[in-house]
Amino acid sequence: MERGDPGSHPYATDVREPAIEAEGLVREFKKGPRAVDGIDLAVAPGEIYGFLGPNGAGKSTTVHMLTTLLPPTSGTARVAGHDVVREGPQVRMRIGAALQEAALDPLLTGREHLRLQAALQALPRDERAARADELLGRVGLRTAADRKVRSYSGGMKRRLDLALALVHRPPVLFLDEPTTGLDVQSRTALWEEVARLAHEEGVTVFLTTQYLEEADALAGRVGIIDHGRIVAEGTPARLKAEVGRPTVEAVPADPAERGRVEEILGRFGEPCASTHGVAVRLRSGEADLAGIVRALDAEGITVENLALHQPSLDDVFLAKTGRSLEGAGEDEEGRAPGGLAMESA
Amino acid sequence: MRRLAVARAVAWRTLHNVFTNPSLFIPSLAFPLFFFIAFAGGLSRVSDVPGFDYPAGYTAFQFVFVLLQSAAFGGVFTGFGIARDFESGFARRLLLAAPHRSGIVLGYAVAALVRWLVTAAVITAVALLAGMQVGGDGVDLVGLYGLAVLLNGAAVLWAAGVAMRLRSMQAGPIMQMPVFLVLFFAPVYVPLALLEGWIHAVATLNPLTRVLEAGRGFLAGSPTEVAAAFGATVALAALFSVWALRGLRRAERAGA
Amino acid sequence: MTASADQTYLLARRSVVRTVRQPANVVFPLVFPLLLLAVNSGGLDAATSLPGFPTDSFVAFALAIPFIQGALFATMNAGTDLARDVQTGFLNRLSLTPMRGIVVLLGQLGGVVALGVMQAVVYLTVGLAVGVRLASGPAGVLVLLAFAVLVSLGFGALGAFAALRTGSGEAVQSLFPVFFVFLFISSMNLPRDLIAIDWFRTAATVNPVSYLIEAVRSLIIEGWNAQALALGFGIATAIAVVALALASWALRVRMAR
Repeated sequence: MERGDPGSHPYATDVREPAIEAEGLVREFKKGPRAVDGIDLAVAPGEIYGFLGPNGAGKSTTVHMLTTLLPPTSGTARVAGHDVVREGPQVRMRIGAALQEAALDPLLTGREHLRLQAALQALPRDERAARADELLGRVGLRTAADRKVRSYSGGMKRRLDLALALVHRPPVLFLDEPTTGLDVQSRTALWEEVARLAHEEGVTVFLTTQYLEEADALAGRVGIIDHGRIVAEGTPARLKAEVGRPTVEAVPADPAERGRVEEILGRFGEPCASTHGVAVRLRSGEADLAGIVRALDAEGITVENLALHQPSLDDVFLAKTGRSLEGAGEDEEGRAPGGLAMESA
Repeated sequence: MRRLAVARAVAWRTLHNVFTNPSLFIPSLAFPLFFFIAFAGGLSRVSDVPGFDYPAGYTAFQFVFVLLQSAAFGGVFTGFGIARDFESGFARRLLLAAPHRSGIVLGYAVAALVRWLVTAAVITAVALLAGMQVGGDGVDLVGLYGLAVLLNGAAVLWAAGVAMRLRSMQAGPIMQMPVFLVLFFAPVYVPLALLEGWIHAVATLNPLTRVLEAGRGFLAGSPTEVAAAFGATVALAALFSVWALRGLRRAERAGA
Repeated sequence: MTASADQTYLLARRSVVRTVRQPANVVFPLVFPLLLLAVNSGGLDAATSLPGFPTDSFVAFALAIPFIQGALFATMNAGTDLARDVQTGFLNRLSLTPMRGIVVLLGQLGGVVALGVMQAVVYLTVGLAVGVRLASGPAGVLVLLAFAVLVSLGFGALGAFAALRTGSGEAVQSLFPVFFVFLFISSMNLPRDLIAIDWFRTAATVNPVSYLIEAVRSLIIEGWNAQALALGFGIATAIAVVALALASWALRVRMAR
């Protein structure tokens, strides 16, 4: 079974309602377009669901609604078996959330934060200190535990935020762009912890991200959101397979030769959307690349850039919206500049 | 029960921050003390004005004002903390973690009260050391401090309502100014009978005047306007409870 | 010299514009002292019946206070603005020019002084509107405005010194209670000879702020009291000189960093 297949999860044989479900979820703000424009989704217990989209797509607004921080304008949502509007207290007792702003008090130490959170979540008094110790160890903050948070680095704050979200052992965890701004090491460590939570403890994880590799690495299923709507949903493998075969993109050195480039590439596959030049989806796969190079050379056409792309989630986004996910949001590492580029997502 | 657990946790954190950070704690202690010294010390001659007939003396006369002022501003200072929590995003953590969010408001109110009790103890000690005469008995003093407790509650609920509506430090002056005006458009320096003109008219209408006169009556051992004073403070506390809870709903709706 | 004057003017203009663009920095120093004046005048009017009280109008007696309170706010505003310049690096930008340090300081204080003059005019106008008459007449108005300039300069320089030494707006704000104490433990609400508590009267006597208040007060209720004016102007000048020297030194150190 694939990682993302709900059938692979420990509770799959139980007849259980989804851990998170939303139907027609809408959020309008007073002066502006709909931030969330009709979201339907269902996340099975124990699943890691990735919510991928550029800045302003509606990811955080969706998370805020699902975590009872923001009431929906219309539509319904149920989290951990309770309605987010009518049963807010019950929802809050069963979720943990690490949101975009770490929301920490600079005057409290890491340990004091954990004990505060434990007290807010009504953990029995005699368990609080032990639970704080356990979580501090898990997120690697034991040595910094008794320092005030204002002395913590960004990575340390994020780790503390995750620990706080886990204090009361919630069955559902919301992570809103949890690795933005983290170095590679911290990011990898966080991914490992999230994967462990889902696979070993059966925690349902709803993760929003702008990073393709994060969605690819962690999520069993991905929902791609743009302008407040889900434009594609499925396992990463399935989504990429839909987009299909690899594409070749050529940027002519002389823009006047664009037509000739289109004609040459058209012999090897069907045209597809391109943000930079001319692109086709190859009929026969990577093997056609050599033929394309020979054909361009034979016609005496110089290209500024010739790139072979294996389908990525960005291609999925591009196919569905006509825009690149990377161009629409923060700068993303991954694309090699110029020249012949081989890339796999 | 969960509501109380939330209140306890919020109160603990607020008090922890105040008592471990001198820059937060000292002003709320120092200002009332300072006003007491400045008014009781610098203006004591005012008790010689013909018609000034407060039996317990000018020190006691000013003590009551300063006690009530510290109760009111103690509530406002806690309100600053609430506004800061919203501006920094920490309030979101509380809203997210607390099953019953009214417990958050209760927690802030409890913190304001505890904070003020410490201030009140210090001011009282200083006043007694300065030779303040106390004419009232135990019941009278319970009445005096009871009024102050109610005023503190009303003030913190007022400030909380403002903080949750504005959710930024710009709420500070808006919280503070009405409280300042209510406090000072009252018989601060002389009894109501010695005020003239517009200030007399304003002070007569000001509910705090009843509270101040009742408080002074308790301290002198001759209670006066007790029903009006308690009525005013209970009504203010009730009114501002609604104000604060509605402010909480506003903050929730806006997605603080 | 001409270049320095020109530079001073430009920086002063920037300082004025910056002050005006922060309405809270303009409105609050104007409104709050007047509010206090109204409240205290109403509440303490009965004190005018005390034997030895120098006037039968408490408003006339208390009108001096807003001028000095306004100076307190000038301290805060100058300090906070300059602290911001330190934190944003604007001061570094200035230090890379051939501009002399004192020019930078005088320019920065330009806004403070402009606000001080405007405040003084407003307070005077309000006083006149509620029936106060300056015993020193029209000439007294000019002297009063000159005094307001001097006091704003001195207190503004104190705020600037604090900002340049600490580079922190919060540190400047924490000076507020200090100035507050100086303002209250003075002859603010009663003449010194009517303060009954000995230690308080002594403190008010040694407090330089008492003499600043009394200088203004003398122009309003007495006319031309040479001693009060000499003491007031003398102390205001001393504060201004010391504060400017301290602020210049702090600026030199800061710009050398």
